[in-house]
Amino acid sequence: MAWTRQDMARRAALELQDGFYVNLGIGIPTLVANFIPDGISVTLQSENGMLGMGPFPYEEDIDPDLINAGKQTITELDSTSYFSSADSFGMIRGGHIALSILGAMQVAENGDLANWMIPGKMVKGMGGAMDLVAGVKKVVIIMDHNARDGSAKFLKECTLPLTGVRVVDMIISDVGVFTIDDDGATLVELAPEVTVEEVRERTEADFKVAL
Amino acid sequence: MSLETKGWNREQMAERVALDIPDGSYINLGIGLPELVAKFVPEGREFIYHTENGLLGMGPAPEPGKEDPELVNAGKKAVTAVPGASYFHHGDSFTMIRGGHIDVCVLGAMQISERGDLANWSTGAPDAIPAVGGAMDLVAGVKTIFVISQHTTKNGIPKLVKDCSYPLTGLKVVTRIYTDLAVIDITPEGFRLRELAPGISFAQVAEKTDAPLISY
Amino acid sequence: MKKPYPDATAALDGVLFDGMTIMAGGFGLCGIPENLITALRDSGTQGITAISNNAGVDDFGLGLLLQTRQIKKMVSSYVGENKEFERQYLAEELELEFNPQGTMAERIRAGGAGIPGFYTKTGVGTLIAEGKEHKDFNGETYILETGLIADVSLVKAWKGDKEGNLIFRKTARNFNPMMATAGKFTVAEVEELVEVGELDPDQIHTPGIFVQRIIQSKDLEKRIEQRTITERGEE
Repeated sequence: MAWTRQDMARRAALELQDGFYVNLGIGIPTLVANFIPDGISVTLQSENGMLGMGPFPYEEDIDPDLINAGKQTITELDSTSYFSSADSFGMIRGGHIALSILGAMQVAENGDLANWMIPGKMVKGMGGAMDLVAGVKKVVIIMDHNARDGSAKFLKECTLPLTGVRVVDMIISDVGVFTIDDDGATLVELAPEVTVEEVRERTEADFKVAL
Repeated sequence: MSLETKGWNREQMAERVALDIPDGSYINLGIGLPELVAKFVPEGREFIYHTENGLLGMGPAPEPGKEDPELVNAGKKAVTAVPGASYFHHGDSFTMIRGGHIDVCVLGAMQISERGDLANWSTGAPDAIPAVGGAMDLVAGVKTIFVISQHTTKNGIPKLVKDCSYPLTGLKVVTRIYTDLAVIDITPEGFRLRELAPGISFAQVAEKTDAPLISY
Repeated sequence: MKKPYPDATAALDGVLFDGMTIMAGGFGLCGIPENLITALRDSGTQGITAISNNAGVDDFGLGLLLQTRQIKKMVSSYVGENKEFERQYLAEELELEFNPQGTMAERIRAGGAGIPGFYTKTGVGTLIAEGKEHKDFNGETYILETGLIADVSLVKAWKGDKEGNLIFRKTARNFNPMMATAGKFTVAEVEELVEVGELDPDQIHTPGIFVQRIIQSKDLEKRIEQRTITERGEE
C-alpha cells in the first residue's frame, strides 16, 4: 500500500532536527508542519519575510498584513521576527536555512530539479524556488512518484527546464525514500507492500538499493 | 574691509561652504575642519546631516554631562539626534552613500589635483598609519564633493597640485575647494578661481598653487 | 522640501511619463501601495515597465494597470494569480521577465546601493543563467546579476512621518524597503502619517532620505488572497 500525501508529509517530518530553521514549499510540503515530532523545536521561515511562522489564524484574528509565501493568512509566535525580502533571501542564499522541503515536476538521478515551468504552457514563475535550492543546506522533495498519465518523474535526466543543478538530497514519494549524493541515487526505504521491482518499473532513474 | 584682514579663518571657511549648500540637502561632513560646517546654516535653509556610522538627522554636540556613549558621530564624538532622525546599520548607511542618496559631502584634503583627484587618507610614508575610513565610499557615491582645507601645509607646501603624489582616495571626484585664501572650482580646464578671501590677490593664490590657476 | 502631499494624485504629479520604469512594493496583495496604484492608473501613463514581485489579481493591485493596458513589460518572480496577465502574455501583448525572487530582491537592494552587479549561485544551470557571465569562487560557480533601479518607486508602509521615515508592519514589509532605495524618485503611502519626532529613531526601517513624497492612505481595502483559518476546537 503506497503512502498517501499525509504519510509522505509525516515521513518528511522525520528529517527535522531540534533547532532547525526550515522552509516549506507550497502544497504537500506545507503539511509537514502538522507532523513535527514531539520534543523537537523547529522554526519555520517564510520567504516573503518572516521567521517563526505560526498556524492559520482563527477567523476573527485574520490579518491582511500577515501572510505566508503561499499568500495564505497565518499567525505569528512569541519568537517571530519580520524582515524585508532582501534580508529573507539573505538567510536563504547565505546558507542559514538548514532544510527546505519542496514539490517537484521532475528529479534526475544526479539531483537536478525541475519544478517551475512546462514549455508551451503558461509559466507562472519560479518564485523563490531557485534561490532556495541554491542556498539551503539540504533539499528534500516530496512528490507523487509518477505523473497523472503514469509517466516517470524520477528520471535519468530532466526534460523540463531546471530549477537547479545537483540540488536534491532526498526524494520522498508514495513508493518510498531515495537519497541522492555524488555517487547517485539510492532507494533507502519502501512504503508498505511496495516492492523494489515495482519501484524499478515506475522509475526511469538508475538507483542502488540499500533497504 | 580692514587691511589687517588676510584670508578666512577656519570658522569663516566653514561658513563659506555652508552658503553653497542648497536647502533640503542631505549632507555628510568629514572629520575635523569639515565638522565646523554644521555650525552654519544659512537663514531659511534646512540641512539634514548624515554620519556614516549610522545616523541620519545628526544634531549638535550635547551639553556637557548629557553625552550618550551610544550616540556618536563618525569622528567618535558625542552628538545628538534631531526630531525625525533615524538610526541604521553600516550596510544601510553606505547604501545611502554609494547609492547616490547623499547630496553633498564636505571633506578635508592632503592634496587635490587639477582634475579633481583627491588624496586624504595616507601620505604613503612608511611610518604613517593610513586611515581610509569611509572616505573612498563617500567620494565614489556622493553627488557633490566639497573640500575644505588650508591652501598649503603648515610648511607652506601647496596642496593644490597638478598630480597628487600621495595615494588617492578617488579619481576626478572633487567639485569645489574652499581654502583660507579662495574658493576654487575644478573645471575641465583645471583649477578656476571662483572667489577670493578678503585681502587676498589672485597672484597670491596662484603663487601658492602648484598648478595653473585660471582667473574668473 | 515639503514631503507630505494631500493625496496620491498630487503626490504623483510631475513625476510620471510614458515609457517609464516603476517599482511597486508588495508580495501578492500584501503591502501594496493601493492609493498610488489607483492614481497611476488614473494618470493614463502608458508603456510602463513594472518591477514588482507579482502582477496583482485581475481587478486589484497592478492588475488594474493590466486591464487598462498601461503596462508594457513586467519584471516579476511569480504571476500565477492573474488571468488577464496570462491572456495578454500568451497574446504577446505583454513582455515578461522572470527573476528568481531572491535574485530580484537583491537586484533591487543592489540598485539602491549603487552596486551595478553581483554574483549569485541562484539559477546556475537553468534558463535564468543563459547569456550571463559565469565565474567561480572557492570552487563553486556563480552568475552575474545586475542591479535594478526605477524612475519612480511606489511603496506602502504602516507608519511614516513628515520627513519620510517609514515603519512597516509584519509581512507587509517584503519588497518595500529595497524599492524605496532603488527609486530615483520614491513616493510612499502610509496608514498613519505622524509629526516629525513621533517615531522612535531606533525603530525606523526606512530612513527618510529614500522618500521624496509621502501621503496618508485613504480607504485602504487590504484585500486577502487566501483566507486560511483554524476552526475553533480543530487545533
